[in-house]
Amino acid sequence: MNFDPRYSTRSFASVGTRPIRPDGVDKVTGRARYGADFNMAGQLVGRVLRSPHAHATIRKIDTSKAEKLAGVKAVITAADLPDLTDGDAAMYDILDNCMARKKALYDGHAVAAVAAVDARTARQALKLIEVDYEVLPHVVDVDEAMKHTAPLLNDAIFTEGLEEKPTRPSNITKRTQFGHGDIHEGFGQADFVVERSFKTEQTHQGYIEPHACVASVSSDGTADLWVCTQGHFVYRQHCAQLLGMEASKLRVTSSEIGGGFGGKTHVWAEPVALALSRKAGRPVKLVMTRDEVFRASGPTSATSIDVRIGARKDGTITAAEATLRYSCGPYAGMWAEIGAMTAFACYRLENVRTVGYEVLVNRPKTAAYRAPSAPMAAFAVESAVDELAKEIGMDPVEFRIRNAAQEGTRSSYGPVYGPIGIGPTLEAAKNHPHMKVPLGKNQGRGMACGFWFNFGGQTCTDLNIGMDGSVSLAVGTVDVGGSRASLSLVAAEELGIAYEQVKAVVADTSSLGYNDMTDGSRGTFSSSMATISAARNAIKILRERAAQMWDIPVDDVVWEKGHTIAKGEKYGNLAALSLREIAAASGKTGGPIAGHSELVADGAGVSFATHICDIEVDPETGATRVLRYTVVQDAGKAVHPTYVEGQYQGGAAQGIGWALNEEYIYGKDGRLQNPGFLDYRIPVCSDLPMIDTQILEIPNPNHPYGVRGVGETSIVPPLAAIANAVSNAAGVRMTHIPMSPPRILAAIVAERGG
Amino acid sequence: MVEVTLWGSLGAIAGGKSKVEIEAKDIRELFRKLAEQYPGFEPYIDRGIAVAIDGVIYRDTWSKELPQGAEIFLLPRLAGG
Repeated sequence: MNFDPRYSTRSFASVGTRPIRPDGVDKVTGRARYGADFNMAGQLVGRVLRSPHAHATIRKIDTSKAEKLAGVKAVITAADLPDLTDGDAAMYDILDNCMARKKALYDGHAVAAVAAVDARTARQALKLIEVDYEVLPHVVDVDEAMKHTAPLLNDAIFTEGLEEKPTRPSNITKRTQFGHGDIHEGFGQADFVVERSFKTEQTHQGYIEPHACVASVSSDGTADLWVCTQGHFVYRQHCAQLLGMEASKLRVTSSEIGGGFGGKTHVWAEPVALALSRKAGRPVKLVMTRDEVFRASGPTSATSIDVRIGARKDGTITAAEATLRYSCGPYAGMWAEIGAMTAFACYRLENVRTVGYEVLVNRPKTAAYRAPSAPMAAFAVESAVDELAKEIGMDPVEFRIRNAAQEGTRSSYGPVYGPIGIGPTLEAAKNHPHMKVPLGKNQGRGMACGFWFNFGGQTCTDLNIGMDGSVSLAVGTVDVGGSRASLSLVAAEELGIAYEQVKAVVADTSSLGYNDMTDGSRGTFSSSMATISAARNAIKILRERAAQMWDIPVDDVVWEKGHTIAKGEKYGNLAALSLREIAAASGKTGGPIAGHSELVADGAGVSFATHICDIEVDPETGATRVLRYTVVQDAGKAVHPTYVEGQYQGGAAQGIGWALNEEYIYGKDGRLQNPGFLDYRIPVCSDLPMIDTQILEIPNPNHPYGVRGVGETSIVPPLAAIANAVSNAAGVRMTHIPMSPPRILAAIVAERGG
Repeated sequence: MVEVTLWGSLGAIAGGKSKVEIEAKDIRELFRKLAEQYPGFEPYIDRGIAVAIDGVIYRDTWSKELPQGAEIFLLPRLAGG
């Protein structure tokens, strides 16, 4: 990479302003096309048959009756998706999850699929498929699954990361450990120790748009896929590998996205749609129902966490440890590992140890959910931190400020921090007017901190200058939170032109080089870096063209505020040339003008937030009401502050739902009892107060404008902030998320002595 | 010669060491030599290892130079939402 990403102080003309989003009109008028809005002539309807059992061996599948039904054009099973993963264990898991091979591993696991001329015929065909199951014992609880007596999901799995090689298979796929110092010595120095166990239930990202795609495979082996995804290049790689295609023969176009939050980072139904289309010879549209989204896409882990923290009387933490057990669904993951890395990341600790256990259960394959794994770890740690502050008799904000990590602190996950924002977010929270609002009866205030890594990745961007001087920006990171606006601002900033002169689009996989998906809060961070690089490359060409037009050496031409200027007194009579003028002459100076950039955007700055929350609890029913909520977060540099605030508010809203209501509820039969928004209740506007935000800007030294990712950190503190608020309001420590009314009422009753 | 700190699980594969010394000029050479000295590292490298150099995490820039005296820390490659 010949691009220098280092931050330097500068003033901004476009970045930091709040123009109207370019996709706004289409979205509010219904013109924007989401995954299910795409249609092709002659397309078939795809439907998936799913296991009604939590755990079962598939002895035989008879599709003959379905195939004979009039209107059915293709029926597929795992036999139509042979294993082409060549030893890639992660891809094999994705393949097995798309279509069960030997065993159904959870309620909702796909076992067969049909393509028919209409939905009614497809549904009828599913009923005609006969699956001979041998039902097996199942386990859905993370603690139960760890016991030696638990039903085994996969007898080929032996726990990784143990000192001694295990001799018997286990549902625990991996043990990981992080930390430094000597926790025994640290606890020996403590005057106060808090030790608690916590649980969080499984939740879904709750994106409003279900998974949807249209697949069209031609007889020449080329194919198109229109799909709702966070990463169409990644989907192309996955689908091409699973179907034995060359990636270049599969063009994937991403639709608008009605939410993903990590749940649309790997394929679920898309290889099935392509396999159906290949077999039927016609396009196939496959749209999941809400029931299917809950049962068969990728929710987050359920967890069970033990925390122990010790501190001296003066409020200095001397030691901290946590054991984190995270459910992975039926396939290995690294969810507890991430929880173990993030758990104590906010604090300056001399002695810290975290241990994570990845646990297989008969639930859907766990997927990333916005700062995956961090909210649950923060809930446990920040609850214990609050309790410890109380025992010492310190204000919880002051206690955190005293122990906050800072530049030069060794993080609990290993490396030493550069410039970071945890201290400033705590100071801002301490001084925020929210902290001074009086509380009434049955009301409590809570606060909590949160951390997320953020990352970058492979990124490719094209910036094309039209002959009229307007600029087309083609990016490969799917716009999940307003990045087309923020990237247009960045292009305008760098070129020195108006925002309105730039139009950003998300290009398909055949039009642009590979891009990693939009995850890890990387969309604006990575693509803005590539946009800056592309714009600077375009400016180099613009200067060369101006030099030609003036017939002077290019070294005498500089770029300022959207114009070339001939520097030096000898060129005193030359009027500056605007981008429009240079573009208009481009046909006679060498042809089209464009800037391209291909880079790996590394060096994403870590991000911290502090949240404050006021809650009222009805002690008679356990019902709660969120009265006030404030988010303070470091953005590095807010490119489009309105969207940054939107990310802060969105993370808080999802966290409020997770903390208070949302949970997967399984019956004794291992089947999901609430796969719909009536019984799995996410917060709606009337459940929420206006969520206040405060943006801090501590520049990331590894981005030219100082940008950090902002999308994920905002969901890390809410579980803990709300738990602390509810605990203060109800007078009893809440240790189980969600804090639904029955759970709060039970805790109050138990505290009163039954 | 650079000193490389390993996270807990990786240390177990290096015979319980938490730090190893490697002669490597960049991340690519570091991974190659680690795999040569500790064959158990290979599946981890295939799965993805991030390298923190003086606190800045690099996931894919294998050409990144390893300055003498820098703090070099290996981490699991993370997933995000």
